[in-house]
Order: sequence, then structure tokens, then C-alpha cells
Amino acid sequence: MWLPHLATDRLSRNDPAGRDSPLATIAPGGGAHRVLAVNRAARALGLRPGMTAADAQAMAPALRTVPADPAGDALLLEHWAEWAIRYTPWTCADRWADGIEGGGLWLDITGCAHLFGGEDKLLADLVRRVARCGFAVRAAVADTPGAAWAWTRFGDRASPILPPNTQRAALAGLPVPALRLPPAVAATLVRLGLRVVGEVMAIPRPALAARFGPLVTARLDQALGTVDEPISPKQPPVAHRVHLAFTEPIARTEDVTVATRHLLERLAGRLERERLGVRRLELAAFRLDASAQRLVIGTSRPSRDPRHLLRLLAEPLSGLEAGFGIEMLRLSALEVGEQSAEQAGFVGTSLSDDLAGLLDSLGNRLGFDRMARLVPRQSHLPERAVRRLPPEAVPAAESWSERRRPVRLFARPEPVEAMAPVPDAPPLLFRWRRRTHRVARAEGPERLSAEWWRQDAQDRDYYCVEDEAGRRFWLFREGLYGGAAAPRWFIHGLFP
Amino acid sequence: MPPPSLAELRARVAALEGIRPAEHAAVAPLGVAEIDGVLPWGGLPLGCLHEIAPVVLPDGVEDGAAEGFAALALARLAERAGKPVLWVAASGPPYAPGLAAFGLTPAHLLVVRPAKAAQILWAMEEGLHCPALAGVLGETWGVDLTAGRRLQLAAQASGVPALLLNRGAAARTAVTRWRIQAVSSAAPLAGGLGSWRWRVELSRCRGRGFGEDGCVWLMEWSDEAHRLGVVAPSGDRPAEPQRSRRAG
Repeated sequence: MWLPHLATDRLSRNDPAGRDSPLATIAPGGGAHRVLAVNRAARALGLRPGMTAADAQAMAPALRTVPADPAGDALLLEHWAEWAIRYTPWTCADRWADGIEGGGLWLDITGCAHLFGGEDKLLADLVRRVARCGFAVRAAVADTPGAAWAWTRFGDRASPILPPNTQRAALAGLPVPALRLPPAVAATLVRLGLRVVGEVMAIPRPALAARFGPLVTARLDQALGTVDEPISPKQPPVAHRVHLAFTEPIARTEDVTVATRHLLERLAGRLERERLGVRRLELAAFRLDASAQRLVIGTSRPSRDPRHLLRLLAEPLSGLEAGFGIEMLRLSALEVGEQSAEQAGFVGTSLSDDLAGLLDSLGNRLGFDRMARLVPRQSHLPERAVRRLPPEAVPAAESWSERRRPVRLFARPEPVEAMAPVPDAPPLLFRWRRRTHRVARAEGPERLSAEWWRQDAQDRDYYCVEDEAGRRFWLFREGLYGGAAAPRWFIHGLFP
Repeated sequence: MPPPSLAELRARVAALEGIRPAEHAAVAPLGVAEIDGVLPWGGLPLGCLHEIAPVVLPDGVEDGAAEGFAALALARLAERAGKPVLWVAASGPPYAPGLAAFGLTPAHLLVVRPAKAAQILWAMEEGLHCPALAGVLGETWGVDLTAGRRLQLAAQASGVPALLLNRGAAARTAVTRWRIQAVSSAAPLAGGLGSWRWRVELSRCRGRGFGEDGCVWLMEWSDEAHRLGVVAPSGDRPAEPQRSRRAG
């Protein structure tokens, strides 16, 4: 599939009124601004990529020129590649664009064409949908990627489908650039009088390789199918994927939910046969304007229960923007894990299933990192004595410190002004948050040292103090009286 | 037909309020004979909304007594059911080593900390729908009537008790409301700090007659015996449950 005017069509989408006036993208190169891409109207005026911007402007005074944006074009091509996944999982943007205008896509439709009623129907559907978005498009089908590439760009538009094993005859009549060669190599071949691919094929291979390097023979082999040329897919193929295309685009959330439930049930059936459950699930909604929105949910353990998964999707689904309508939904299990049949049979009755369900719904809405089990860690510093485990973990029996610990620990100790009568004694009174507390009773000190590898931290002397109102606080002193720096007092927590 | 007795009328009102009759309700005793004896159910009824409120003195400084009482209640619920409890924290999570002293161990405690305050009630409700939990506690700054009603209904439907650690206006749908305040400990002879002492007030209790609610105890947590007990009468401290003048 080839989008010959990719760059200019992209610009025209935002400016439909200017579609029929000449337009070119320019970029500096070879000492002058040169034309990189032209639209249909500019081409009709005789403008070609590669000419200088000044020449082009002279030939067509009405020409509008826009700085080229190769990154934007490449991104658009990636979007198209993603969009084309509706036809086959093996799609790939054609990165070899040197000397050829526009952008291309590979689609490996082996075994996919019958889903659309045949190759001709698939091709017609593809062209119709792309053209509807305002892009000039040509597409062709052939046995090999090389032949398809050539036929798309140079072949007979009336018969875009090359029957099997006819690529040798078909390619013979095409011009030499159809071999996907760098412009310099192609120009040399033409200078030598080799105008069509057939003439190149007639030359003995050793001579060809010796004169032009391995690329020409390699391209010939790829186009003819004697050498395999795989299409590396845009996304790694997902083993468990179901999709649903709609004859009429849908937009209402209720409709999307019903369709999603249907997809979930189909996916569940397939997963059940293989005794798998989903860990990460993606719902992709393909809109009418060829854009897509992806919703991803996670589960705390493998699940394939459609009711449960739909509940998890309900929240992201409410944020789905239908735009002009959704024409296809696709459900992909990005990550799967083993799930036994028994586990699925007791969904909703077993306690751990209920708990897993709760963790999933909390995690997907609030974030999985916001849930935890708090377990001890071997550290003397109180703020480091708690370790967070994922909530589904079953904590081992470990013990906390034997000493009295507060029920509230401040994330950062707050400085207080304290008055202690003698060194190593609890304070008599302290001032915290602009209130003065008289200490009625106190316990301590309990000296807690930072780990020796933490050089910045000092030893702390902790005191448990009770003020006259009966409130109990955890204070500590950092540093010693008589040391280099005056000791500082902090409050770190509240006791029950 | 003889007129219905006072007890029958109370049962009817309780049923209208969504509370099952005392003899049918599932109950988790707090393990303190004095308190359980006052509660009409003989303990905390499950499937209800209970509220625990800290008492903040006029100077506005908080203490941690309400957290301690909440941890105690959750530990009782978790032990009794053999299931974990969910603590929906508002700002920072509670300090687990402190909670563990009341028997709320890592195996029994799940903590979730929503990023937004509005998600706390949602998370609580979600937890209350889950029968695999022994209880759900949420930290709030007051709940309105609708939210309180939703929590009560969710708890009622699943039988999972809901606890509010509420620093704001009282939840009017709560079945019990506890006001907890730290009070001075009795200094041991050797000096230092005694066991934690709290003033525990049952300021509201549905199912008790008008004027009967409002009991106050002075209680002490014993780290050795691992239980909460009413402080033995000493000096001018009241030993008997004291009638409060407050109406819940």
C-alpha cells in the first residue's frame, strides 16, 4: 500500500479548502531549499520532488511551500500501520523511502484475505477507507513484498492483484526504480541502457553483482521470491486477540459495553481451552477517522471471568471518546498466566477470588501501587522499618519491634523547640505547631542509629512523652549536647 | 389486642432503621465485659456502620487514641472471622508497628491510600461489597447523609462491618459512635510512662433507649495481658459506667 502524497495530504487534512491548490514541502539540501513532496495540483503543473524551491516557485507562482516535517510524516505512517492491523496482525511501515515520494505500508495478508471476502474485496475496502480520510492511495497484492512494492508504485492500476507466480513476467516490464534501489544505483542502471527490470534480469548474476554490489541481485531475489523477505510486524503478535467490526459505527457507551462483553465472552472461551487467564488486557477502539484509543487494565492474578473483567473495564470505558463513531473493537490479552479450570468454576464463591476481585477493582481505579500490606523491615530507623508488599502477597510471620511504637508516624519529623534540663534527659516542655506542651511523664531515651552506610544520618535519642492533657508524643533529639552543633529536637509520631 | 410492649416497639423501630433484632444479628464482641454488657447485641453488630471519633481538645492538637481503638476493634473482627480488614487511609498510612501492638498483624491488614479524598468513600463501598473482608475502615472528615446511608446499606447487604475514623461531623446513619480520648497514664513506681489510658465514650448507640446512650469508661490497654480493661476504681475516678448528659 502506497500513499504517494502522504506529506501534502497530511497538511491538507487540516486545510481542506487548499486541497486543490498547488502545495509543496521543502527542506534544505544540496545548497538550496529543495522540494521534498508535492500534491496532485502541483504535480499537474510539472513540479517534481528534488527541484529547488526557487525553480518550483518560478514555474508555479501560486505554489504554497511548507517546511517538511519528516518526523510527523513518519508518525502518521506508524498510525496507518497500526490502523491496518484491522486487516492483518503483520503490518509494518515501509522505512525504505529513499528517492520515492510518499510513504508505504507492508501488510502480510497471508491467510487473512478470506475474512474480507477475498483479496480484491480486502484491497477495495482498504483503498476506500484510506481515501475517505483524504489520502491518495494505491495498493497492490503480490506473492512477495518486493513485487507488491513494485506493483503498487509502477504497476497497472487496473489490475492491482498479481496472480500467484506471475511476478517474474509482471516485473519484467516495470522501470528499474521498481527494484527498490537507491537513486544513484538506479540512475547508473538507466545510464547503461537498462530501462526495465526485464533487462536487468537478463544480465548474468555474477556480472551484476560484480558491477553493482550485492544489493541489486538481492532485491531481484526478494522480488521474485527466491529469497524470503519477512515483514517484521509492528507489534509482536498477540496469541489471544478477538475483534468485532460494526457495519454501522457505534458511539453510545451502552453499545460499547455490550460489544465488549461479547468480546470478553469469546476471549474467555478461547482462554479456557488453554487453561489461561489474563494478567493484562487491552481494549482498542478504532474510530471512523482512523484513530484508535487503547484502554489497558491489569489483574492481580490471572482471570478470564467476563463479568469480572467487564467490571474492571467499566471505569476506563467511561472515559472512551467515540468521536465520529467506533467501527471496530479489538480485545487483546497482552499478558496471560495459567489458570486452572477449577479456579474458573468457582468464581464468585471462593474467598480468595472475591479478594482478588476487590484488589483488581481498587487497583485499576486507584493505582496498584496505592495498595499494600505493611511488613517489617530490618532497619533501626522508624521511617524505614516498614516495607510495602503487594496486597496479594501472603506475608511471612515476622515480628515488629518489641518496643512501644506510635500509631501515627509523620512522613517527615517536624522540628520542635524543646527545653531539656540536663543532657540525656527528656524535655520539660516543648513547643510544637505554636502550642506549648508541658511534659508530665516521659520514658526514654531509646537510642536508634542509622545504618552505618548512611553517613548523613545521626544517632537519635527517642523519648516517649506525655503532656499534661494526657496526649502522648514520640520526640527525638538529634545530636548531643556539648557537640559541635547544638542538638535539635523533632516530633516524629503520635502514640495511642 | 394488648398494646405492644416497649421492647416490641423498639424492635420495630430498629428493623425500620435496618438493624436486625439483637438476638439474630451477627456480633463481634469487643472482649471487654463492661462494654459488651452495655451494647444491646452483646458486642459490635456486623453489617452496620460504626463511627470512631477522636476527641480534639480546644488547643486543636490530636492524639492517636482513636487509631488505637480502631486497630483494636479491627483486630477483633479479623481474628474472629479469620479474614483481613481493609484500612482506607486518608493522608499517610497508619504506622503498622503501632497497630501490630493491638493484634492487627500484616496478615490481617490491607492498606489502600487513594490519591483523592473523594475516592475514600468509593474505596470503602467497594470493600464493603467484598465478603472476603472482615471489616472496612475509612478515614474521613465528616460524611453527609447520603454517603453515610450508602455505607450503611452496603454493610447491611454483605454483613461486612464498616468503621469510620471520622474527624468531622458525626455520621447520622451510624449505629454506634465512639469518642476516644487519650488521658494521662498512671505512672509506674519506677517512673516513666504507664500503660495507655483512654477515655472511651459510647456517645450514640441505636437500640438503646432514649437517655440510655452515653456511657463513659476509663480504660487501660495492658501490653502484657493484651487486652483492654476498665481501670480499677482508684481515688476520684469513676468505676461505674457514668451517665452522660449528651444525647447522641
